[in-house]
Amino acid sequence: MVTPAVEISGLVMRYGRTTAVDGLSLEVRPGTVTAVLGPNGAGKTTTIETCEGYRRPHDGVVRVLGLDPYRDGRELRPRVGVMLQEGGSWSGAHAHEMLRHVASLHANPVPPDALIERLGLGACGKTPYRRLSGGQRQRLGLAMAIVGRPELAFLDEPTAGLDPQARRATWDLVDELRDSGVTVVLTTHYMDEAERLADHVHVLDHGRLIASGSPAQLTSEGAENTIRFSARAGLDVGSLMSALPLGTKVVESAPGAYVVTGDVDPGLLATLTAWCASHGVMADHLAVERRTLEDVFLELTGRELRG
Amino acid sequence: MTVPLDLRPAPGAAPLGTMILRQAVMETRLLVRNGEQVLLALVIPLLVLVAGTESDRVVDLGSGRPIDTITPGVLALAVMSTSFTSLAIATGFERRYNVLKRLGASPLPRLGLLAGKTLAVVVVQVVQLTVLCIAALLLGWEPQGGAGAFGGALVLVVLGTAAFGALGLLMAGTLRAEATLALANLVYVLLLVGGAVLVPVDRYPAVLQPFTTLLPSGALGEGLRDGFAGRGLGAAAVVVLLVWAGVAGAAVTRTFRWES
Repeated sequence: MVTPAVEISGLVMRYGRTTAVDGLSLEVRPGTVTAVLGPNGAGKTTTIETCEGYRRPHDGVVRVLGLDPYRDGRELRPRVGVMLQEGGSWSGAHAHEMLRHVASLHANPVPPDALIERLGLGACGKTPYRRLSGGQRQRLGLAMAIVGRPELAFLDEPTAGLDPQARRATWDLVDELRDSGVTVVLTTHYMDEAERLADHVHVLDHGRLIASGSPAQLTSEGAENTIRFSARAGLDVGSLMSALPLGTKVVESAPGAYVVTGDVDPGLLATLTAWCASHGVMADHLAVERRTLEDVFLELTGRELRG
Repeated sequence: MTVPLDLRPAPGAAPLGTMILRQAVMETRLLVRNGEQVLLALVIPLLVLVAGTESDRVVDLGSGRPIDTITPGVLALAVMSTSFTSLAIATGFERRYNVLKRLGASPLPRLGLLAGKTLAVVVVQVVQLTVLCIAALLLGWEPQGGAGAFGGALVLVVLGTAAFGALGLLMAGTLRAEATLALANLVYVLLLVGGAVLVPVDRYPAVLQPFTTLLPSGALGEGLRDGFAGRGLGAAAVVVLLVWAGVAGAAVTRTFRWES
């Protein structure tokens, strides 16, 4: 049994009368990329910041690389890279100057110039931080988190506000971090990002862990899969449904657009196309769909807007 | 084409001395880059010094040559502007923009951060005091008390820096950055006018004199004036500055919040 990179058990964090984290327990295996998902206010940032040593747990135990982040901060800090959700630089400091400064506080930093080039920050050398775009600030924040060659990197919303190119560059870098043996814990609101990057996903809501697993596990578990096709409007969906296995549902979601939900397997697909053939129906754009992580997330956390 | 990056874990802190030095260099650069800070640190004290030589037309500084009265006051003002006003404003915005939080996650320990800040303040003050002393001597300043007076002045400047620095950090660590900006400037102006920095204590109304002597500005200004008048290092000034440094320092360690 390997020692977890992060081990949280029974963590409780309160702000005044609000409980932000409510008895949370989870583990992060070393050398993996873990995504922490959850709606706004679910307790993601509070949890991450407790792991980073900024806050003392009100209850429960947090261990990072086997150490107590609040008490053993001095020993732990060089080994852990931190990307804050915002800010983190003097407003008058130039982007490159800031990265070089953070690098100089470490023993064996990644050459700052290489990181600058990789993250496309070459053009903003003498630009003061306050004049950087949101995306440039994000990339500088990521660079500052990993320049010290940490064993573990906490990235709080690393791609928020990035354009698609910068987002992909960040994803590639996260892949490279994992390939280099760095453990990465990130929070995100982008489900495709979690699906693309994470070995393991933890879903938080109201300060509790409500689901946990690999993206594949989460999207297939108890999955109601879907087939969509288009055909002429007004097909007899009742007749189609009675041809399909019990429990399968068919609806015409818009004129000529049909959605079949149920346990999708080869047999069901064959029955569906056979029914179409015998009724002279040409099924266009027929597609078997799996649930996405976003579907799972919305199912778990509800569709209503959070305050 | 992407450059290959070696991201394999190789964590470690730079040696403490290196970290403190880099932090001090960075903070000094940022302080000097800021136009308002340079104005506060050098331009205003120089203007006051030059104006002070003609001060008998504006305010009554008492007996003696105006330049000999105004110079120690200008040195006190320079210390106050850097260790109090500049430090408070810079630290307030560091807190606001998560710089302190970011550095808190770096290998630089808190004491190292404080040491770096102190060094930056000291570097700026050395430049300020050197320039101002030379300018004053060129304008005809005749300090009394010989080398001993300069030694005593050094003690007072160090204590004054500690007292004003602690007060600046107290403000920056508890108030919003904008409030710190406004209040640090306001206090600077109030002490400049009413705090016996430039104008000797005995020029204030008799009822106010005991209070102005107890202010850190009054203690530093009066202590420097006494020293350079050849009256030696006054125990009262030393005690007042020590008490301010101790009380404000203790309050800082209890109340300073690293995040806004």
